[in-house]
This record gives sequence, structure tokens and C-alpha cells, in this order.
Amino acid sequence: MAQFTLRVRRYDPNSPTGPYWQEQTVELEEHRSVLEGLLQIKALYDGSLAVRCSCRSAICGSCGVRINGEPGLACKTHLNEARAFSEAIGKGGVIEVEPLGNMPVIKDLVVDMDAVHWKKINRVTPWLIGRQPVPQREYIVPREAMLDVTQTMACIQCGACVSDCLAMEADPEFIGPAALAKAYRFVGDPRDDRREERVRELAEDPHGIFECTHCFKCVQACPKEVNPMGQIIRLRRIASADLGIVDQNNGVRHEQAFATLVKEHGLLHEAELLPRSYGGDSWFGKFHPAAGRELLSSLRVIVKAILRGKVNPLRAIIPHRLATADRKAVQRIFDHVDGKKSPHREQRYELNLFVVGEDEPQESQEQTEVTR
Amino acid sequence: MKVAYWPGCVSRGFTPELHGAMEKVAPLLGIELVELDRANCCGAGVLSEHNMELADTLNARTFALAQQVEGAELMMNICSTCQGAQSECQERLDANREYREHVNSTLAEEGLRYEKGIVNKNFLWVLVEEIGLDRLRSLVKRPLSNLRVGPFYGCYIVRPRPRLGIDAEHPRDRYLEQVIEALGGTVIDYAGARKCCGFPIVTMNKEVSLRQAGSHVGEALDLEADCLVTPCPLCHLNLDLQQPLAETVVGRELGLPVLHLPQLVGLALGLSPKELGLGRHVVRPQAVIDWSTAVVAGAPA
Repeated sequence: MAQFTLRVRRYDPNSPTGPYWQEQTVELEEHRSVLEGLLQIKALYDGSLAVRCSCRSAICGSCGVRINGEPGLACKTHLNEARAFSEAIGKGGVIEVEPLGNMPVIKDLVVDMDAVHWKKINRVTPWLIGRQPVPQREYIVPREAMLDVTQTMACIQCGACVSDCLAMEADPEFIGPAALAKAYRFVGDPRDDRREERVRELAEDPHGIFECTHCFKCVQACPKEVNPMGQIIRLRRIASADLGIVDQNNGVRHEQAFATLVKEHGLLHEAELLPRSYGGDSWFGKFHPAAGRELLSSLRVIVKAILRGKVNPLRAIIPHRLATADRKAVQRIFDHVDGKKSPHREQRYELNLFVVGEDEPQESQEQTEVTR
Repeated sequence: MKVAYWPGCVSRGFTPELHGAMEKVAPLLGIELVELDRANCCGAGVLSEHNMELADTLNARTFALAQQVEGAELMMNICSTCQGAQSECQERLDANREYREHVNSTLAEEGLRYEKGIVNKNFLWVLVEEIGLDRLRSLVKRPLSNLRVGPFYGCYIVRPRPRLGIDAEHPRDRYLEQVIEALGGTVIDYAGARKCCGFPIVTMNKEVSLRQAGSHVGEALDLEADCLVTPCPLCHLNLDLQQPLAETVVGRELGLPVLHLPQLVGLALGLSPKELGLGRHVVRPQAVIDWSTAVVAGAPA
């Protein structure tokens, strides 16, 4: 048995005191979970503590909380690990437990999942819309085609990713990681009949796939390795490469201009990327009214940057670029991997470590020996 | 120590003061920079969105070029985004031999080959893990006394923890605080330190992007920070270059200087603000410049 101190954020809507911290030491074996710590507080010291839980084995997704500032499942976090993490971040080994973020708190550690999480999930039509005509018997789908969506199917709707989404923190209307991962689950399903409509809607929505900032919060938060940000990126890739959508948020234009400019120069040419993201992916992009409007709205900072010698106007015309031989090498890679004419490019090669796993280190050693 | 040095694109484009400062600071720390002038853009997460294999192949090319630098102990970058984007590609390349061979077959046309397991470290990691905080402390000529510094990491260098090698032994998401303290400064502990600056969506949703930048800067100001320091030039663009526009979005005056990591280190090692390109920022780091001259004037001869 060992002792652990839990510092729990309490809140009772019927009390005038507002939120407060409560510390309690519990006695449990090292490998027990934070949830078991909370339940011991509830059972032995303070029955008024509200915490939601059910399966206690990381399947039901009920006990999402923030532990030492990081979202996760209370039942999947060991007490000794939580204490070590608390020590590492300078909190002296005291395990801090708070309700999930980005959602209203109902009481103590229980948040209103309906108000945020489920509302957003419902926004993406979270069910299969079968391809017509419906087959006489079952839909026949190759196994490989379904592998692609197994990662998102691992989601247990715990809300850990929603809790810490930084885009949602800045804009509560952002559809968010859990719902967008759910959307990919159907976009990637070969039986679904509304692939294009689904993607188009999420691309054109100002709070859709192009509002994700790549902050990796959801990747780290997810207790089931769903990698919501990775699914958002796949939705963007489908919008751009497969469906040729040019959205009103500049998302696809930005990505295509980025690729074009790196192919051309080997390095990124920022001064050209900005106008093209607004005006279109060509040299003429900067003369598009949308690029002009953007230039005008940023004129203040652009002038300042030029006056300070931060941005060299000459560089905007003659960019920093690689030497000819290296530019050619980069262009060859683009043509080989990304070229439309490339014969072996019918399918994109997307290595998903969730699906294939890592090589066994022993296996690769054996293989090397065999080759020798 | 000799390193294969990858400056990235932005440090030679819109934040030239970063690359300049790094070149000034390196010899003082005993780092010999061999610039990877043939290497290409890391893709900043956007190229891998366009085509994952393309981003992996382009970064494998950079790694292969770094592995050719004779006597280099490791590859060093000065951009959080390069660190994150390259680590993501490296994770896939190192995990699967078949995939690595596939990517190498594309590189073979140029006579290049990536061997599993390159060590690629941001300058921040090199400072703490290779040079060491004790040695850094001993090199300080102008301790950052009374300078209140808010760390700003950038997402790509702190998440996800396993990919970036962050654990109890390597608390890389605490290194900025350690470096600020080793240089004699005071750390501002504010919630924005590991949040997103908003830069990746500045062309998609400018208001939300600048609201992120503006609220972090505002929060640090409320805690009386003199400046922020960041290892990411993209964060610097949103926090410094765009700060006057972020003021409009968050509806308050800001004016907080943002320093690149090599600039902060350079100041402590005795370089002048001018040598470090501090005059090139959009938000003039007047408080920091005044502080540096005051310290020099007050220092015993």
C-alpha cells in the first residue's frame, strides 16, 4: 500500500462558494488507477464528490478528466505514473484532478457532454448512408478498404480530445477533433454514398477541417490512439487531391500553392505563398482581388517589417532557393512520388503505424544476417 | 562540436534575424555549423497533408545529406516546426524497413540513402543535452538579471510527447524554463507557454488565428513579462510580425517584444542587441535593449 495525495477541483452549482480545490490523501497499491483514488475519496471521506464512471477498464469512455493538466481517462492512468508526472512538472507529487475543458461543468468532475461533444458529433451525420441500390444481401467490401477506418472506430467518445482542443478554445464553434475523426470514419468507408457531400461541407464550413491548427493536442490526449488530427489531415487531402474542391477558406489553395512553390524553389517562398493562398496558385494569384484585399488589411505590418529590414522587398521578387542541381533533384522527387503521370501512383502510399505497427527489432536483425 | 545545421526556410526568409543570431552565437558555445545548403523545405506539415510519402521522401533526402557531413555529431535545427515535421517523417521511416527501402529507392536516383536512426535536435535540446546547463551558466557574461521572460515553445516541439522523446529523463517541454534560469533570467509562468500561436490557420481564419496570438501575449503582459522567447520562427511571425493586427482582434494594446532563442542566449553571452538583429522586429524590443545597455553600464569593469 502507498499513500497518494489527490487535489480535486470541486464545484457545486447550488453553493455560493464557486469552484475550489480539495486535497485528500488516499491509500492504495501503486498500480491502482486515479479513478480508484477518486472512488476511495467518495466512499471514505466525502460522498458529495461527483464523478462519472462505469466500466473502469478504458472501454466506456465515461471517466474523462484532466490529470495534472492533461486530459485522459481516470481509469487508465495509474496513480504512481500520475504522481511521477506531477513531480516532473514541479507540482510536488500531488495529483491534480480537474473536469475536462471546453465544456460546461455540471458538478465537480462531471461536464456537460451534450452541450458540446455530442452536439458536434451530431453535426457530421454520424451514421452510414448506404450506397444505392441496396444490395440483395450484404455489402461486399475488401478487407483493406475497411482497415483504413479501424483507427477512427477505436474512438470511445470520452471527450479527452475535445477538452484540450486549442482551436476550439479560441473559437467554440470549431467542429473539433472527435467529430471530424467521426466524419472520416464514414468518408473513408467504401459503403457510404455521401463521401463528396460530407467532405465538401466540412471544407466550406469556416469552422470545419481548415480551422484545425495542427497543435497535436488531440493526438496526445486520445487514450485510444485515434489520432484525430491525422484524420482531419486525411479529410483535407481527400478534399484537395481526390475531389478537387477549392474551398472558400483558402485551405486547399494554401496547400497547393505550398507544394507548387517548394517544387519550384526547393525551399518555401513565403512572400509568394501568402498572395497565392488568397488569389490562387499561379504567378497571377497576387493580382486577384482577394489577394489585394488581404495585402491592404496587412499593409500596416508589411510596411513596418520592410522598414525594420525584416522583410527584404527584393527577396519577394527573387526568392532564396536551392542551387539548380538540387532544385532538379527535388523536382524529380515530386514527379516520381506526386506526379500525375507516375505509373505506380494510382494509390497514395500512406503508412499508418496504427495499422501496420512497428518492425520487430529482432526481426530486422535476423533479416540483416540472412542478407550477409 | 560539429553539427549538420538545418536553418529551415523561414529563418532565411521572413525572420532573417534568427539565422543571423544563430551564426553569431554558435562559436561562443563551441558549436561548428556545417550548413545543409542543399537540403529542402521540411514541408511544415502542409506537404505531408498534400502527400505523405512526398514529405517523407523530401525529409529523408535532408537526413541523408546530414548523414554525409563528415565528423558531425548530429543534425541541428532552429525551428520547432522543422523539428516536429521532420520527427513525424522520421518516425515512419525508422519504424518500417520496407517503407524506408521504398523511399530510399526514390532517393537512389540522386545517389543518396537514409540510414535509420539519425539524431536531429533543435538548438534548445542541443543547449541542454549537449552543451549542458552548467557550461552554459559558466559562459554567461551578462546575466539576464531582472529580465522577466515568458517561454513560448510552439506545438511541434512539445507534442506528441513520445515522438519528441520527452520523458522523465528528458523533460524537453521544460527546457526553455531551465535555459532562462541558467542565463539568470526570471521565468514567467503563464498558461500560453505550450499553446498554439495560431499561425497555421492565419490564411484560413485570420481572426481566430490572431485571437490565439493576442491572448497569449496579453496574458504574459498581465504577468509583467518583459519579453517572450521562442524556438519557432513561425510562432515568431504570429506573435511579433502580426502583433499590431492581433491588438485589433483582442481589443487591447500589446507591444510585447518576442525574442528568438539564439537572440536571448546571445544577449546573455554578451553580444549586442544590434549584432543579434533585435532592431529587425516589428515590435521593437526597446525594454530589452534598454535593459542590456543598463546592465553593461552597471557592470564592474
